[in-house]
Amino acid sequence: MSKSNLTRRGLIKTGAVAGAAGLTLPTYLRADGHSGFTNAPTGSTVTLGFNVPQSGPYADEGADELRAYELAVEHLNGGGDGGLLNTFSSKALDGTGILGKKVEYVTGDTQTKSDAARASARSMIEKDGAIMITGGSSSGVAVAVQALCQEAGVIFMAGLTHSNDTTGKDKKANGFRHFFNSYMTGAALAPVLANNYGTDRKAYHLTADYNWGYTTEEAVRTSTEAMGWETVGTVLTPLTQTDFSSYIAPVLQSDADVLVLNHYGGNMVNSLTNAVQFGLRERVANGKNFEIVVPLYSRLMAKGAGENVKGIFGSTNWHWSLQDEGSKAFVKSFGTKYGFPPSQAAHTCYVQALLYADAVQRAGSFNPCAVGEALKDFSFDGMGNGPTLYRGEDHQCFKDVLVVKGKENPTSEFDLLEIVEITPVEQVTYDASIFGGELGACNPGA
Amino acid sequence: MLGLNKQDTRLLLLVVILTMAAPFILNPFPEGSAMAQFNAGYPDLMQRFVIFGIFAIGFNILFGLTGYLSFGHAAFLGIGSYAAMWMFKVLGMNVLPALALSVIMSGIFAVFIGYISLRRSGIYFSILTLAFAMMSYSLAYSVLATDMDGPDKQGLLQKGLTGGETGLQLTLQDPRILGQQTTAEGNIPVPSLFGLEMRSAAELNVGDWVFTFSAGYYFAAFVMLLSFYLSIRIFRSPFGLVLKSIKSNQQRLNYTGMNPKPYMLAAFVISGMYAGLAGGLMASMDPLAGPERMFWTASGEVVLMTILGGVGTLIGPVLGAGAIKYMENILSKINSDILHTWFAFLPDGLEDFVVAIIYPFIGKGWHLTLGIIFMLVVIFLPGGLVQGGQKIAGMFRGKKAADEKADGKTTPAE
Repeated sequence: MSKSNLTRRGLIKTGAVAGAAGLTLPTYLRADGHSGFTNAPTGSTVTLGFNVPQSGPYADEGADELRAYELAVEHLNGGGDGGLLNTFSSKALDGTGILGKKVEYVTGDTQTKSDAARASARSMIEKDGAIMITGGSSSGVAVAVQALCQEAGVIFMAGLTHSNDTTGKDKKANGFRHFFNSYMTGAALAPVLANNYGTDRKAYHLTADYNWGYTTEEAVRTSTEAMGWETVGTVLTPLTQTDFSSYIAPVLQSDADVLVLNHYGGNMVNSLTNAVQFGLRERVANGKNFEIVVPLYSRLMAKGAGENVKGIFGSTNWHWSLQDEGSKAFVKSFGTKYGFPPSQAAHTCYVQALLYADAVQRAGSFNPCAVGEALKDFSFDGMGNGPTLYRGEDHQCFKDVLVVKGKENPTSEFDLLEIVEITPVEQVTYDASIFGGELGACNPGA
Repeated sequence: MLGLNKQDTRLLLLVVILTMAAPFILNPFPEGSAMAQFNAGYPDLMQRFVIFGIFAIGFNILFGLTGYLSFGHAAFLGIGSYAAMWMFKVLGMNVLPALALSVIMSGIFAVFIGYISLRRSGIYFSILTLAFAMMSYSLAYSVLATDMDGPDKQGLLQKGLTGGETGLQLTLQDPRILGQQTTAEGNIPVPSLFGLEMRSAAELNVGDWVFTFSAGYYFAAFVMLLSFYLSIRIFRSPFGLVLKSIKSNQQRLNYTGMNPKPYMLAAFVISGMYAGLAGGLMASMDPLAGPERMFWTASGEVVLMTILGGVGTLIGPVLGAGAIKYMENILSKINSDILHTWFAFLPDGLEDFVVAIIYPFIGKGWHLTLGIIFMLVVIFLPGGLVQGGQKIAGMFRGKKAADEKADGKTTPAE
C-alpha cells in the first residue's frame, strides 16, 4: 500500500459502497440448492475427481489407475475404440458423455495418507465441483475419503482397496467397491495352499501396519488355521518401511515353514526381495521346503520383484491374460494407448468409472441417491470378471476370484503371473452382517 | 483501542480486514478462466490458512519470544484433534465443548512435556520435544489403535483411542449424549455451532466470479482473530518482556535473581494450547483425526512457516502459514497437462522445453519450490516476509517523506 486513506470518513464511504454493491448483486445460497444435491452439473460438462496416490509406496499403482481413468473418460466421451463399452451387458452408455454432458476430470494426490487424501478430495469437491470421487490405493485412505464423500454428499467409487472394512465396518451409503476383499482372498487361497503345501504348516506373518494389513492377516490366518495350519508369529511393519531385513532375520530363528507377506506395492517388492536374499526359498524347515505366500498380488508388484516371484502363490482381482471378451477388449484398448497391459488396479478403476457413468445414465440423474439406487443389486457382465453382482446390503461386488502363481518361465516382461484357479463366486460369498457397521442413509448433500 | 497502542491497533485492523475479505481477495480470477487455477478462495483452503495461522502464532510465542525451538509442536495439534473428535463422539456435535477439551488436553500434555524438555536448552530441547512428538505419533498410529472393547463387540473403542492409520472417525453408533445421534435422514451429524453447520456455505455470483462464504471459515477466522489479539497482548505484556529477556540472555536473568523456568513453562504451555486449539478447529472443519498430523514433518512445517514469515514478529507466522499452505494446495495441483495448455502458444519444440524446465517445480515437486523460496528468504530476508514487506514499505515511505517535505507538511511516521 503506497498511499493509505484510512480516515473515518473514507472508511464509511467505502463501507457504504461495498454494502450497496453487496445488496444489489444477485446472490444465491448453495445450501438452498437449485437441484437438491452437491455440485449438480449445470453446464455442458460434468467433472469427476480422480484421487490417486502419486507419491509414496503405492505410486506405481496410482499412476496406472490414472491411465485407466483417462482411458475411461476417453471412451465415455466417444473417443478411442470404446473399450469395455462394447462388451458391457448394460447398453445405457452411448459414447456421448454422461447424460449428454461431456466428461471432464481433475486429479489429486492422496500421498497414501488419510489427511492428505481428504484435503485433496475436499479441494476437488469445493474448488473444482467434482460430482463423484474415485480412486485410492490404500484401504486406510479409501475408508477416510469414503467418510468424507458421505458427509459432502457425493458418490465415492472405491479404487484399489482390499480391506474388509471398506464395505464392512466402515461401509457408507455413498460408497461403492468393485474390488474384492481380504475375506475373499482367504477363502480362495486357503484350499489352494492346502493342496500344494499340505495341512500341517507353521506360518509366520509379516503385516503392513494399517487397516488393510490387519484384515488380510486375520482373513488368511482364519482360513488357513481352519485347514490345520498353525500361526507361530505375526509382526507388524510400518507402511513406510523400505528395508525389511530386520524383520526377516527373526523368521529364520522361528520354527516357521511358511512366510506370509501381507504387504502390497513397494512394501511387498522390498520384503520379498529381502526374504529371497536371506535364502528363505532354499531353506528347509521342519523337513519341508520353506514357502512364501503373498495374499494380494499384482502384475506391477511381480514386475518390481522380478525373478523372486517365481512359484509364489497369491490372489488377484483380475489379470490381463484372462481370455473372456471383456478382458480382451480392455487389454487391447489400454495396450494400444499406452503400450503395455493394464494392472488389476487399472482394471478396477476403469470399471468403476464406467459403472458410475452407466448408473447415472440409467437413473437419469446425477443425484447421488438416485445413482446409489441404480447401483444397488445391479447385476452385470462383460467387464472381465464374469457375471458380477453389486450387493445392496454392503455395496460390495461379488464375482470370481483368481488364485495366481509367479510364472516359472515368463515369455515376456508382462507375462509374470499364471492363473492357477478361478475360485467361483459361491465359495467367496459371505453374509453381509458378519463385519458389522451400518450403511446409513444416502446423502445428496446440499 | 482494546488496550493496544496505535500501531498494534492498525495491525489488528489490517488482519481483521484481510480475514473478513479473504473470500474476495483469494478469488481474484473469474471462474473458468485459465488463471482460476490460482484461486484459493474455497472453504477448505481458507480454513487451513487461518487454522495454521493459529498454530504458527502459538508457535511464535515460544520460538519467537524465548528462542526455544520446539521440534515437536505437531504433537499438540494431534492431541487437540483427537480430543475434539472424542467430544464429537461422546458429547455432541457442538464445536465449543470440543475446542474447550482440545485446549485443556493439549495444555495438560504441554505441562508434562514442557516440564521435562525445558530442563535442557538449545539442540537438546529440540531433540527432546521431537522425541515426545514421535512417541505420540507411534502411540496414535498403532499402540492406542488396537481394539480395546473386545473383538466381538462394536463399541466406542473398537478402533482404540486413536483409530490408527485411518484416523479417528465418527460412526453412527457413537452415543453423542447431548446432541442428536443421527440426523433425520439417518446420517452422521456434522460439526456445528448451535445449529450453524460448519460446512454450510453461501455463494455470491458476480459476473464470472464466484465467491464462497463458508460458515466454518468465518468461525475459524474469528477464533484466529481472538488468538491474534491475545498474542499481541502477550507480546506487549511484562510477561512477554521476560520471555524476550530469556531469549537475549538467560544467564543475566539468572544473575538478577529471577527464575526463568516458570516463565518458559508458561510460554510452552500457552503455545501448546494454541496448537491444541488449531487441532480442535481442524477436526471441527473436517471431522477426522489422523496420526500424520503429529509426524515430525508436520512439526517441521510450523517451524518453516514461522521462519518464512518472520520469527518474533506478530503477523509473520500468519503470512508464512498462508504462503506454505497456498503452495501445498495450489502449486501441487498443477500437472503437465495444464502447463501444456498454458504454453500452447509457443512453437512445439519451445513449448516442450519450457514445460520441461518448469515441470520439476510444480505438482509433486512443489517441495522443491518451497525449498528455494525458503533459502532465498533466509539468505536475503533473515527477518522473513515481514522484513520484505517493511523494505518495500520503506522504499515508498522514503519517496513519500521527500514529497511531504516539499509540501512543507509534517506527519508522524507510520
